[in-house]
Amino acid sequence: MTSIDHNILTWILLLPALGAVVTALLPNRGKLVQSWALIIALATFVLTLHLPTHFDYNHPGFQFEINRIWIASPPIRYHLGVDGLSVWLLVLTGFLAPIGVLASWRAIDTRVKEFYSLFLLQQTAMLGVFLALDLMVYYAFWELSLVPMAILIATFGRDHGSRASSRAAIKFFLYTFIPSALFLVGILALYARTGTFDYVEMKARLTQGTVFGSEAMWLISLSFLVAFAVKVPVFPLHGWLGDVFSEAPTAMAMVVAGKLGLYSLIRFHLGLFPFESHRVAHWMILLAALGILYGALVALVQNDLKRLLAFGTVSSLSFCTLGIYTFALNGLDGAVFHILSESITGGALLVLFGVMYERYGTYEIERYGGLAARVPRLATVFLLSTLALIGLPILNGFVGEFLTLSSGFAVSHLWGSLGTIGVILSAAYMLWMVQRVFYGPESPLVHRSPARDLATREHLALWPMAILMVLMGVFSPYWIRVIDHGVHALSNTPAVTHNAAAAALVHGRPPVREGE
Amino acid sequence: MNGLHLWLIPVLPLVGFLLNGLLGHRLPKALVSTIALVFTAAPLLLVLRVYDSFSALSLPYIERHAAWIATPVLHADFAFALDQLTLVMLLVVTGVGFLIHIYSVGYMAHEEGYWRFFAYLNLFMFFMLTLVLAENFLLMFVGWEGVGLASYLLIGFYFKKHSAAKAGMKAFILNRVGDFGFLLALFLLIVHFGTLSFADIAGQIAQHPEWQGGFLTAVALLLVLGATGKSAQIPLYVWLPDAMEGPTPVSALIHAATMVTAGIYMVVRTHAIFDRAPLALMVVAIIGAATAFFAATVGILQTDIKRLLAYSTISQLGYMFLACGAAAYSAAIFHLLTHAFFKALLFLAAGSVIHAIGGEQDMRVMGGLRKHIPVTFWTMTMAVFAISGFPPFSGFFSKDEILAEVFRSPDGGPFLWAVGLVTAGVTSFYMFRLWYLTFFGHLRLQPAHQEGLPVAIDDELLETEHSTNGHHHGAAHHHTHHIHESPSSMLVPLVLLAILSVAGGWIGIPNSLGGGDRFGRFLEPVTHGTGAPPSFEQVSIAMRTGAPIPTAEVPPRPEDPRTERKLAGCSVLAALLGWFLADTLYRRKPELPARIAAHSRALYSLVLNKYWIDEIYGFLIVKPLLILSRYALWGGFDRGLIGGGGHFLAGVAQGSGSILRRIQSGNIRSYAGWLAIGAAAILLLAYFGFGAHLHLGVG
Repeated sequence: MTSIDHNILTWILLLPALGAVVTALLPNRGKLVQSWALIIALATFVLTLHLPTHFDYNHPGFQFEINRIWIASPPIRYHLGVDGLSVWLLVLTGFLAPIGVLASWRAIDTRVKEFYSLFLLQQTAMLGVFLALDLMVYYAFWELSLVPMAILIATFGRDHGSRASSRAAIKFFLYTFIPSALFLVGILALYARTGTFDYVEMKARLTQGTVFGSEAMWLISLSFLVAFAVKVPVFPLHGWLGDVFSEAPTAMAMVVAGKLGLYSLIRFHLGLFPFESHRVAHWMILLAALGILYGALVALVQNDLKRLLAFGTVSSLSFCTLGIYTFALNGLDGAVFHILSESITGGALLVLFGVMYERYGTYEIERYGGLAARVPRLATVFLLSTLALIGLPILNGFVGEFLTLSSGFAVSHLWGSLGTIGVILSAAYMLWMVQRVFYGPESPLVHRSPARDLATREHLALWPMAILMVLMGVFSPYWIRVIDHGVHALSNTPAVTHNAAAAALVHGRPPVREGE
Repeated sequence: MNGLHLWLIPVLPLVGFLLNGLLGHRLPKALVSTIALVFTAAPLLLVLRVYDSFSALSLPYIERHAAWIATPVLHADFAFALDQLTLVMLLVVTGVGFLIHIYSVGYMAHEEGYWRFFAYLNLFMFFMLTLVLAENFLLMFVGWEGVGLASYLLIGFYFKKHSAAKAGMKAFILNRVGDFGFLLALFLLIVHFGTLSFADIAGQIAQHPEWQGGFLTAVALLLVLGATGKSAQIPLYVWLPDAMEGPTPVSALIHAATMVTAGIYMVVRTHAIFDRAPLALMVVAIIGAATAFFAATVGILQTDIKRLLAYSTISQLGYMFLACGAAAYSAAIFHLLTHAFFKALLFLAAGSVIHAIGGEQDMRVMGGLRKHIPVTFWTMTMAVFAISGFPPFSGFFSKDEILAEVFRSPDGGPFLWAVGLVTAGVTSFYMFRLWYLTFFGHLRLQPAHQEGLPVAIDDELLETEHSTNGHHHGAAHHHTHHIHESPSSMLVPLVLLAILSVAGGWIGIPNSLGGGDRFGRFLEPVTHGTGAPPSFEQVSIAMRTGAPIPTAEVPPRPEDPRTERKLAGCSVLAALLGWFLADTLYRRKPELPARIAAHSRALYSLVLNKYWIDEIYGFLIVKPLLILSRYALWGGFDRGLIGGGGHFLAGVAQGSGSILRRIQSGNIRSYAGWLAIGAAAILLLAYFGFGAHLHLGVG
């Protein structure tokens, strides 16, 4: 271990935060603020790349750990660490940041300093969520990720602080805030009995035996589950996503759904409550299958590009939920992989929507038509992203879909099959949208607007994602090998094995908890 | 034996795709077509090299490269396999594919987006060759979905036309319905076998003679669903006629010779599963026979030359399905081969006709073209005779083998054979109808709205002035047009395919007709049965006595040359009858069709409207789904229930916010404070004993 390995995680956390402070102090001149934010974002990305390149496959558990006492009583520790589960999510967060800056480059033209400060702060908060191994520290980052997001949505929304934007922000805040309060109670209750906030210690103590009566444990696990499920969002808790997607600035919409909630589900719900998570597994699988269908069907009838993608996202993220609650290696590997591909593909589509909005001033599907002939390069990237989203093999979306659906099917033929209908519906809603926007004769709006194909900045934002879609689709073992390192450790918990889960579902009762 | 480099065969066209796709718009047309041709000729040469050294190989030859999807419990590699079946498919795909590439150079010469066309065509070759060479189900699925993508792009090549873009989408989505079945089959295979490798699965099946039906039937039926999508069989065939919106070479390559046969290839490739699932085989046979007959009847009244050929393709694919259902796998592949020749030829010749008269596809305005475009006429004649099943043309031998096998097969037998025979007659009828309408009589200027109302025009210089309403191939040379024979780049492929359509069947002449069925024997190592499952008694006896379970070889079906010759006679008679009818109706008494149509209005319009299947699907599936989504799910549930709940919450928050504004700042940030207060309150409650029964242990 070189010295950088000992404090790399602190650097990853601090860099965007420091960047945010400096941004606030910068003079508002030219594109200075944007360039600065871009540099910080790129530098953070480079730092996160250190993690997978120096990852030690022979080392079980957490790596690059930092574990210091922060507050003596109650014992809150500055405990950070990375394992296979979080490593690509950190890289993903780092990767999407410069793209978010590029996507906001021209779209955000007022209160630029506030925007990029909060943007970078938000970056620190998200990285912190993936890094923190102390529940209190984790919770702080979790909440911190909420606040700048809500402000950014309210102030920098579609029509710059319109009523709709602030309503979306309030909705988002309330949806995530109320369960979070309960979540905090859950954390404190755990602390009261185990005497620690430390994830590793707490996990050890909880799996040792009966720390709690089963009913209390069940309620605590639910407080965790609901907070995470809202953030994912898991159907039917997705009420905030449509408004947020349609109002939020591109850079925010790109990161608001999916990864934080899904990561937390795996790390904390599965990790701390193996028994309770099995108990809800068949409900979660059911909700996931319904979510896949529901999201896709509702996406089919949307007239607004961003709302269409919001429901498409609900559908697509449900694959992850499905995979997670199979407790199978395939399902967990596929779920984490799918978080990555969904973020990239959905991100690319959001950037493309933004690009189109900058040119045509609308997200309404009806007003488009015949775009492919006018802006062929935009159409090419758009089609590639579409194909990735609908899970065409050798693009990234397929790998996760296949692994999660196949293990979902192994656990429950019925719900697995229903979820698989999603592959038909996703093709339907995406290709129908593509047809209405890009093909056919040119619409009046498209016809009278000047044809501006992708500019250099937009190419820079889009092509890295497009290339990753192909690379992740073709060379998936490269990513999965690391992911597996993390989720394997999770499924090593005796209760969390594939057969136990399957048996539980077949016989309608959860596997026996050790010590009970 | 490491020198084969099978991976190069699919990857070379991919290189062509990347070159033309990324740089093509800057390159001159000549260079674009050179790139496309070189990267299609190269795999053809590689395949020929493989063919050359084939007898020296130990088969199946398997080549493994990197892992593609790998977890500790499942892995699928980039692995390619070569056996007799693969070789036949490779020869068809690269051979016919290369010819059609050559043809396209002439056909597409005046088109916008020339580079795009050739890029997509090469992309198709990549996926199709991957499909054929894949050693496991998952890699096959790459090709399977990939050819669907290429098909989507090429059907929608003229994407400015609504109908073309829509047809592409329809094809993709209907194929996805099939893929849904394919995926579920894969999931079941993973559950039961833990692997997706063809060889491993076949091996496990061979080791377990007691496996019969059960999950194997489920897998087989799901695979059949996949095959009905890709190979345009009932109930998913409706995308193929619409796919004719694509340029004609695409129809020839993708929607006749290669991609649509993928379903048949898949069934034959995985026949180890089907052999143990008699129910699935029966379903395949019934679907095949029904589709063959049904599509042929629709073909009778089609007036668009390409759509007629599309229905004929569906019908011929039905024959191949029927053969698969009768477990006559080599007959299915034999017909796949000859069909690739004569159907590609029919499409290319039709393209040459369309090209000659300036983009018109309506046969009612054609006529008398044989003098103007003699090469096209003669080559197409070969194809017409081949598909109608006249000896010694190729189609006769392959179709006859299917019918004979079906007749001999234990279940279905004579009834399915009779369906096939009638279909053969109908096929002959509509093909000769096409032949007469296109090449005989006089060229008709105005599109006649009723069948057989020729408007005579005796002029060398013909002007087709009617509106072509979207039937146009590509851009805009509607108006005046001199009828001309196509350039040699188009005629050479026609002639070569004509030779193959005539002689291509001679490699499989059955024993009864004096041949040695060389083709069937060549495929024998692949298509031979994995052993008829032993009876339950045999297994239980074996288990009690500890004796090995008998693995009965499939007894060769009794060959009866006399019956076979009689059956062949029947098919020839059926074909002659069809020809005779067409001759009567479209040459000797051209006024008759209109009168017959007037006589039986209902039946006529039923067939003319293709049995309203599209409309029924729209009414029964698409409409209800959209209504459910729009009004129940989106309007009712999402905006009403979930949205309403959210608004209620927001309202409460805003209301209480306005009350508390005096002590709070009222903006969103303050809610963070609420969080702490709320949590503290709950903790306090817990401290004073509220909820103590939960044993939270606080305090």
